[in-house]
Amino acid sequence: MRFFDLFSMAFSGIFVHKNRSILTVLGIVIGITSVTAVMSIGQSAENLVVGEIQRFGPSNVFVLPGRQPNGPTDVAGTLLNDSLKLKDFEDMQKKENIPEAQHVIPYVFGFVSSSFGSETYDAMMIGSTDYAQKNFDLSVQDGRFFDEVDVEQKDRAVVLGSKIKDELFGNAQAIGEKIKVKDQKFTVIGVLAPEGQGSFVDFNKAIIGPYTSVQQNILGAKYFNRIIVDAVSVDAVPGVIRDIKTLLRNNHNIDDPEKDDFFIQTQEDLADRIKTVTSILTVLLASVAAISLIVGGVGIMNIMLASVTERTKEIGLRKSLGATNNNILFQFLLEALFLTLTGGFFGIVFGALLTWGLTEVAQKFAGIILEFSLSTTGIILALFVSISIGIGFGLFPALKASRKNPVESLYYYD
Amino acid sequence: MVLIETENLQKIYENDGVKTPALRGADLKIKEGEFVSIIGPSGSGKSTLMQILGCLDRPSGGKYFFEGKELNLYTDDELAKIRNEKIGFIFQAFNLLPRLSVLENIALPLVYKGISPKKRIDRAKEVIELVGLKDRTHYLASQLSGGQKQRVAIARALVNDPKIIFADEPTGNLDSKSGGAILQFLQELNNKGRTIVVVTHEAYVAEAGTRTLHIIDGNIHTDQKNENRKIISKDGFIK
Repeated sequence: MRFFDLFSMAFSGIFVHKNRSILTVLGIVIGITSVTAVMSIGQSAENLVVGEIQRFGPSNVFVLPGRQPNGPTDVAGTLLNDSLKLKDFEDMQKKENIPEAQHVIPYVFGFVSSSFGSETYDAMMIGSTDYAQKNFDLSVQDGRFFDEVDVEQKDRAVVLGSKIKDELFGNAQAIGEKIKVKDQKFTVIGVLAPEGQGSFVDFNKAIIGPYTSVQQNILGAKYFNRIIVDAVSVDAVPGVIRDIKTLLRNNHNIDDPEKDDFFIQTQEDLADRIKTVTSILTVLLASVAAISLIVGGVGIMNIMLASVTERTKEIGLRKSLGATNNNILFQFLLEALFLTLTGGFFGIVFGALLTWGLTEVAQKFAGIILEFSLSTTGIILALFVSISIGIGFGLFPALKASRKNPVESLYYYD
Repeated sequence: MVLIETENLQKIYENDGVKTPALRGADLKIKEGEFVSIIGPSGSGKSTLMQILGCLDRPSGGKYFFEGKELNLYTDDELAKIRNEKIGFIFQAFNLLPRLSVLENIALPLVYKGISPKKRIDRAKEVIELVGLKDRTHYLASQLSGGQKQRVAIARALVNDPKIIFADEPTGNLDSKSGGAILQFLQELNNKGRTIVVVTHEAYVAEAGTRTLHIIDGNIHTDQKNENRKIISKDGFIK
């Protein structure tokens, strides 16, 4: 028997029973759609988050107070730690201490309630230097960012995130107005352009001012939540890390690295960690979706078994006309394979559409700019799974068909 | 030349531990060019005999030689090849695939033989003409009348140019006119040298052959030449 004939025989077997075939593959379509969509959205989310982190520049080295967190419960400890002092910041700025650092950016933050007139809004107050604008790639829509002089003079000048500006001022002009934060007045000197969401700081909901002013007027503290050291190049990062460690251990009188009261994160560390988290989430969600594939596979087997019984006479006839057991086996196996592959194909198409739809929804309603991307791994996995299900769940019915006794099948009455 | 030979052929069906003998030691020889009618009441074992002779089933005991070779020496695939190339079947219920066209039904054995589509179509068209259904070539099998279906089945049985044709109650589902036409066709084939075996329980069908085997209780009761063989005319015959 020619392969092409086997092929077209299996194919027509599906087309002859269009409705049944469609219902049979529905389970596979749904399963593959979910797997493809979950994996694609997972990938888009990962790209987004990693992209947000990397936009700070891969040469950024973050110095954090406290000990490297050993688990989710450790995070609170690091937030409360006050080991990064002004002296540390000043020493880091000195060229002789960290020769390969081009900028040192202090970073303090706290959650505050802000108000203008009768409008109030809970925001994150961030204090830094003028270089923060460049480092965090912030664009000012209105007014200006604070400058060196503002930092020097501890000016009560703030730049508002776009969301806060909208909440407090609506469409009215904000520049030059005074908002209240913790019962103290700050002059709005600039408004940021709307930002994509997804980075660990949502600048849309942030009020940014000179760290000197934020420390003194709002936080009442002299320590820093982060000090970001921007190395001259990515290659210089390891050297910068080494220098920071030496400097801080010196300043804090630490001999044993085990007792460090600070820790260092690079962009790469952070990206790796987030990739791990999103991968775990993706695998988890995809596994849940995969269960529906198994259900779909059982559906295929069920229908194929019914089909084999229904076509007993046909099998007997084909055998009487010279079909070998293998001819029958492959006819039914190919039918199952076609069904699942077709299901897989439509699943991928629907999965892509669903992913695209969800990225649009995320952008429209949540302001999250998810770049549409299809997970190649997801597609390969989907095809692989479709084929496996076709063979796996189609084999038993096909074997059953091929082993039918020609006489019993021919004279089978249903 | 002897085409078929059996020695003490036995078949026992086993169902839930209950053994039912269908053939109890049948001995027979069929030569090439014969038109043999196997007749017997229902349950006599005549269909079982045909199934074994047609290589659809294996005997429980005894020996069956097809073209001089013992059947049990053939593998399942080799039996499939024999059915495909050397045997044609005609069934009482026609057994066409309803969703295939007349042409496709007839060409089906050629598909399993591995013949190219073009050659298949050419050959199928030849035999369609032979059974006089040229104008029905592209009809679906389900659109035909009973007599037409059986003619398609005959065309299908002929398409591989088999040595022997087995017909199991070929007129059983037909009116006497259509049935007569089928028998006449089988006689014509036999006249051209084809070996025919017809299984029936009706005497007038058996009379179409050159020789009649009477089967009773799984044994060949009588084996006789049909002295007054009925030659069926083009107009068929009346029961």
